[in-house]
Amino acid sequence: MLLDVDNLRTYFHSRHGTVRAVDGVSFSLGAGETLGVVGESGCGKSVMCMSLLGLIPQPPGRIESGRARFGGVDLLACSASELRAVRGCRISMVFQDPMTSLNPYLRVSTQVVEPLLYHKGLSQPAALEQAIAALDAVGIPDAARRIHAYPYEFSGGMRQRVMIAMALVTRPEILIADEPTTALDVTVQAQILERVRTMQRELGTAMILVTHDLGVVAGVCDRILVMYAGRIVESGTVRAVFGTPAHPYTAALQKSIPALHRKGDPLYTIGGQPPDLRREIAGCAFAERCEFAVECCQRPVELRPLTAEHWTACTRRLAGDITLPGAGTTSR
Amino acid sequence: MGNDRTTDVATNPAPRARADGTAGVPEQGTSLWGDALYRLRRNRLARFGLAFSILVTVVSFIGPYCTPYSYDATDLVYGAQSPSPEHWCGTDTLGRDVLTRILYGGRISLTVGFLATAVSLVIGVLYGAVSGYLGGKLDAVMMRAVDILYALPFTVFVILLTVAFGQDLRLLFLAIGAVSWLTMARIVRGQVLFVRRQEYVEAAVALGLGTPRIILRHVIPNVLGPVIVYATLTVPAVMLLEAALSFLGLGVQPPMSSWGVLIKEGAEKMDIYPWLLIWPAAVFSLTLFSLNFLGDGLRDALDPQGARD
Ligand SMILES: Nc1ncnc2c1ncn2[C@@H]1O[C@H](COP(=O)(O)OP(=O)(O)OP(=O)(O)O)[C@@H](O)[C@H]1O
Ligand SMILES: [Mg+2]
Repeated sequence: MLLDVDNLRTYFHSRHGTVRAVDGVSFSLGAGETLGVVGESGCGKSVMCMSLLGLIPQPPGRIESGRARFGGVDLLACSASELRAVRGCRISMVFQDPMTSLNPYLRVSTQVVEPLLYHKGLSQPAALEQAIAALDAVGIPDAARRIHAYPYEFSGGMRQRVMIAMALVTRPEILIADEPTTALDVTVQAQILERVRTMQRELGTAMILVTHDLGVVAGVCDRILVMYAGRIVESGTVRAVFGTPAHPYTAALQKSIPALHRKGDPLYTIGGQPPDLRREIAGCAFAERCEFAVECCQRPVELRPLTAEHWTACTRRLAGDITLPGAGTTSR
Repeated sequence: MGNDRTTDVATNPAPRARADGTAGVPEQGTSLWGDALYRLRRNRLARFGLAFSILVTVVSFIGPYCTPYSYDATDLVYGAQSPSPEHWCGTDTLGRDVLTRILYGGRISLTVGFLATAVSLVIGVLYGAVSGYLGGKLDAVMMRAVDILYALPFTVFVILLTVAFGQDLRLLFLAIGAVSWLTMARIVRGQVLFVRRQEYVEAAVALGLGTPRIILRHVIPNVLGPVIVYATLTVPAVMLLEAALSFLGLGVQPPMSSWGVLIKEGAEKMDIYPWLLIWPAAVFSLTLFSLNFLGDGLRDALDPQGARD
């Protein structure tokens, strides 16, 4: 495995209590694989990604436990300089908001060549050439000229392409994309994801793709993690998880996709609120919103295999007490 | 140059399509600095300020070589003379040419102003940026140090230095330099606190860049706007400080001259020989005005609000 994350816990300590943003997450990522991460807002997806690259502000954040093995080093325990050598070179990250992720005072060229100069030690002309090629590859027309423009001269979609080019220009082994297309309109989103897919295949880059869009996951990812309240409640191949969801939360998420509703039906929403992460939850975090919850759901749960490629944290499903309706594999 | 923005890459309309003819848009990518310069050039007062400041500086530094008199050459036979074709601004009670002394004094006043500003730029910007970017305990300690220096009464500080080390022009530079960076450090720190929360700084961290590089390349350029404005306003402020000290007899000592010294000497005899006060005071005030106009113009030109509408 390329990346092996084991029991990652990231807490935020504040005067008002401890926020358990990521609470015992384990997963692995193979070379070239695309892993989707879904879950409601605030369930700790971003914090999980940032933890891997040591980008959690400390304080208030703290990595309480865990290991993230990546090519012989533990990302969570290695020195700052080891981490810097990984960031932006072997593992790159693309942030959600393309409008604010580029430095407004520096030309795009300056920013895209930066990782090449810094990590690869290329000369300026060689770096510029590669940067132009990268911009070209993400679909920026007339890249050789436009690379010298300033960020404000680019639209949101173009800026996000720039960010992606910047992330891929060093040919990283892993690309972490935290909702890379959420701020963009649907057509641009599809174009960009398509480009990323193509480049990923060319470079053999693995990707962790955080998104709210289950359709995107179905279309782009190999495997999927479903997160709830800082924990993974279900994981497996896209086909398994979407075909036969094995956790009531996943089933509910699927049911709430508007496109799968008959016209006129009221939109399905999951009742109740996600739990307050400051409260210690002993059992299943979803129990209070779950229609299948029984007393035994208050006991500690853990992610266990249902089949070799399908894991769930639902005790009742594991015991075979309940069956969940599958929506069939959604495809785009 | 035309105003058609051929460099627009946006697939949707440019965020700032400008209706007015934009002269001086570079071929590729107008920088925000380019925009600011353009707005500055349209501001008449700022243009005047810039031109006059440059003029005064150049004349002060070259002038003393061109006048036929030395700044301390006395002519006790004639004493104070009113302005005449030989002495454009008259002479003082010791018969020294006032114009030469104004030019020579300008050299010292401006040097004090620019040098102290340079000190405040280098120390203040680095200090403030490091303090603000690293934050935490280091920030608290660094800023308390600034507070303590701030609390020292400046005049007392200078008097103490003078008593301890005697009259020395270098001491004056040192004293002014020591206090002038404090406000700069505070301004920069405040800006950096904001900038370091920006996503592009986070993105730079995620790119694996080291802290010094992030501070120099990504943080400082983004706080330069307020820094430039404040620096421009520091020059006149420091010159005023120097004048005040010289006026009190703590600064530049005769026979050397500075604008402060000249105004002091002029003020003593202003009822008999008014030109001794009028000329230095006029040049000094005009220079202060110019620098302040320039500073205000820069503030407007670099205002991010202005840059985005
Ligand atoms: N700097 C911080 N200080 C305190 N709490 C934080 C901090 N950053 C994140 N959190 C908390 O961590 C939890 C998880 O946040 P996170 O940003 O990972 O959610 P997310 O799953 O990415 O949501 P979204 O889909 O909206 O991006 C939230 O409850 C949030 O309040
Ligand atoms: Mg997020």
